[in-house]
Amino acid sequence: MEAAYAITTDGLTKKFGDFIATNNITFQVKKGEIFGFLGANGAGKTTAMRMLCGLLKPSSGKATVAGYDVYTQTESIKLNIGYMSQRFSLYEDLTVSENIRFYGGIYGLTRSAIKTATAELLAKLALEKEAKSLVGSLPLGWKQKLSFSIAIIHNPAIVFLDEPTGGVDPITRRQFWDLIYEAAHAGVTVFVTTHYMDEAEYCDRVSIMVDGKIKALDTPAALKTTFGAATMNDVFLKLAREANQ
Amino acid sequence: MNPIVVQHISKQYKSVEALKDISFEVKAGELFGLIGPDGAGKTTLFRVLTTLLLADTGKAFVNGRDVVKDYKLIRREVGYMPGRFSLYQDLTVEENLKFFATIFNTSIKENYDLIRDIYVQIEPFKKRPAGKLSGGMKQKLALCCALVHKPEVLFLDEPTTGVDPVSRKEFWEMLQRLKSKGIAILVSTPYMDEANLCDQVALMQNGQLLQINTPKGVVDSFAQPMWAIRADNMYQLISTARAFEDTQSCYAFGDSLHITLTNGTAQEEALATYLKEKNPGLTMERIQPGIEDCFMYLMKN
Amino acid sequence: MKQFLQFLKKEFYHIFRDRRTLLILFGMPIVQIILFGFAITNEIHEAKFAVLDQSNDYYSTRLLQRFDHSAYFHRVKNLQSPNEIAKTFEEGDVKIVIVIPPQFGKTFFHERKSTIQLLADATDPNTATTLENYASSIINQYQKDITKEEKLPLTISTDYRLQYNPALKSVYMFVPGVMTLILMLVSAMMTSIAITREKELGTMEILLVSPLKPGLIIVGKVVPYIMLAFINAIIILVMGVFIFDMPIKGNLFLLLAECGLFVLTALSIGILISSITESQQTAMMISMVGLMMPTMLLSGFVFPIESMPLPLQIIANILPAKWFIIILKTIMLKGGGLMDVWKPTVILLGMTLVLQVISIRKFKIRLS
Repeated sequence: MEAAYAITTDGLTKKFGDFIATNNITFQVKKGEIFGFLGANGAGKTTAMRMLCGLLKPSSGKATVAGYDVYTQTESIKLNIGYMSQRFSLYEDLTVSENIRFYGGIYGLTRSAIKTATAELLAKLALEKEAKSLVGSLPLGWKQKLSFSIAIIHNPAIVFLDEPTGGVDPITRRQFWDLIYEAAHAGVTVFVTTHYMDEAEYCDRVSIMVDGKIKALDTPAALKTTFGAATMNDVFLKLAREANQ
Repeated sequence: MNPIVVQHISKQYKSVEALKDISFEVKAGELFGLIGPDGAGKTTLFRVLTTLLLADTGKAFVNGRDVVKDYKLIRREVGYMPGRFSLYQDLTVEENLKFFATIFNTSIKENYDLIRDIYVQIEPFKKRPAGKLSGGMKQKLALCCALVHKPEVLFLDEPTTGVDPVSRKEFWEMLQRLKSKGIAILVSTPYMDEANLCDQVALMQNGQLLQINTPKGVVDSFAQPMWAIRADNMYQLISTARAFEDTQSCYAFGDSLHITLTNGTAQEEALATYLKEKNPGLTMERIQPGIEDCFMYLMKN
Repeated sequence: MKQFLQFLKKEFYHIFRDRRTLLILFGMPIVQIILFGFAITNEIHEAKFAVLDQSNDYYSTRLLQRFDHSAYFHRVKNLQSPNEIAKTFEEGDVKIVIVIPPQFGKTFFHERKSTIQLLADATDPNTATTLENYASSIINQYQKDITKEEKLPLTISTDYRLQYNPALKSVYMFVPGVMTLILMLVSAMMTSIAITREKELGTMEILLVSPLKPGLIIVGKVVPYIMLAFINAIIILVMGVFIFDMPIKGNLFLLLAECGLFVLTALSIGILISSITESQQTAMMISMVGLMMPTMLLSGFVFPIESMPLPLQIIANILPAKWFIIILKTIMLKGGGLMDVWKPTVILLGMTLVLQVISIRKFKIRLS
């Protein structure tokens, strides 16, 4: 049973002094699932994500990521996850292939493995001609796609994406989601936060966090039915409005 | 003359053409949206209009004044909210507002009625440093700072980027109220869904305006018939739909895929039969395209 | 005016809310003065010395007893021949060697004068000078006491030689040096960082789009640092005078006025740096490499200009710091008046004017 889940949390809580950033959250993410992690600014998404990535020690509660404990096995967690955020993407002053080599090296890929991975990755993104270009000279959309592909270069069990599509044009955004689908299809669990509510619809299941707590968790279709809303945007607004009253 | 008049503005940075022959006008009391992804040239255009950059060619007038010659006058009369909410992070909410009021030779009291609706929402936190506010609060404070001197023209560069949907919605409601006070507003955004809230939109890509129209006009100009398709396994559906030989475009939109065909409705039946075969639970319906569909269509052509 | 005052208020908020800036502003001068002051010129306790007593008579033994009883000295070795002196220094522990000539007592009484040789290790010149002073005063006292006892006018002259660093500079060098360094740091580096920070934050955009005159923005950013630099100058002077007995022989107002002039020079450099850089980091790097290092190394603060190769001596001339140190030394140590420092003052004034003209022309009313 345990093995069916990529992420499990049980009463996960993080306090900063008097402030409870993440309040007693419990959820499971199935293997190979695209899990949307939504919430307003300051709702505690980033804190929760950092705890799951092994960057922040929880105040209480349990959580495992890829079967490893977030208190004691953070090193193993880091080896088994990929991470990409809108802010952190790639080294702008290194070329495309240098970036790939660097990140491959960090995750202990062998030289030959990096070589094959580089060739595959460049072919998939149609970036062969740009292999020797500095990443800084690429358009934003290409950077984001490249960044995602590099985040999963070591075949992690789970990839965490923190607002990966901010500011990107609509076509690139779709192409980015094509990559996510493909990765999920290949068995990678995807844990993603986003501000685009239409993207929430692409997820298998979504959770919505309000003030440190998970207020709703289900498939997009079920959530829309429960809240009697036409779109995920309405679901989100209803939940957030409720919390304000 | 309209509050904002832009005539054939071009601007080049080294080898990059940031703006290519841009022309448009914004009327008093109009909310004009500049819609486009990062790197489209929106910020450059804002800087030209707020007198911070000189265009290579073309003319622009704000409040009837030339952006090159009368830059000093323009700087008194416009409100500008640059991207990334430029606030002093180490100053409190109140101190920030007071500072910006004073440098514009006014006080918070003088124009309080204009900012009241927004300020009451952040007032409980007025002793808090701006750096410790949430994104939505920062955005409201930045708007207050841009409004405190009662500008006649308001420039808002990506005011909703990185802000959650609730704050975004509230922000647009505030803009509607400001508009009713006769202020001309030029606002840029990467979010297509916000286009519908503007009176006029200009779709921008690679330094060019693809189309200037009302949101409804944009949608009406889209001549292609479009279908929304859905199935149990969406990943499977995307690959099969794209493999169909007459498929012109097929993109995910929320919980369905939007698909157009190369020859209009001629192959509708063929598509339905083809998809049904491979995708259990298929539904297919004719839909009215949205702004985002139009933008994607214009981008590709 | 109200705009300007509000601007100043904001600037002070920034300064007082940023602990790091505050630490640099007020911690640096104090720490530097203390470091330079105590590490280099602190009173010496139990300095190790060696003796080559070639006469070994009553009078030489009594003299050496005085050294032994002194809190400043601690005898570690008795040498047998002059050949051992070099080796003793090389071992590094011994800071000073006292050489008493053969038949010290005899020559003393027959010729009524004698000579004692003091050899000090001047790899650390300040310690060497201090030790030499202490040793001389012990010997002088001894000479007076004996003169009284014997009722005869007797003289012991000390022949003292500094080993390894003959061109020794004054101990008082560090107060003017630290003052120059700190004023440069506060004025040039802090202002350039403060201005580029606004560019980085994006607030410069709003300020430019506001009715504030660009000149006022610059003056507003600079005035707080003028005040802070001045406070710093006063802290350093007070510490120098009361803790390290640094004399101020000349006119205090002239001294402060010259400090004001140097602050302006440094500020002009800071403004110039900020107008050609976009980020705080670059501004800091340029200030560090372009200002701090030359000020430390080429202004005569650490290394005497006279002993530098000619090209460096020429470069030193374009450093405001060099001229300011000359002014400080002339006023503080020699008691010089305006007539004595008019030349470096005019040079500093000229530099300030040129820099201000350049930075005003460079300052942009737009972003590019």
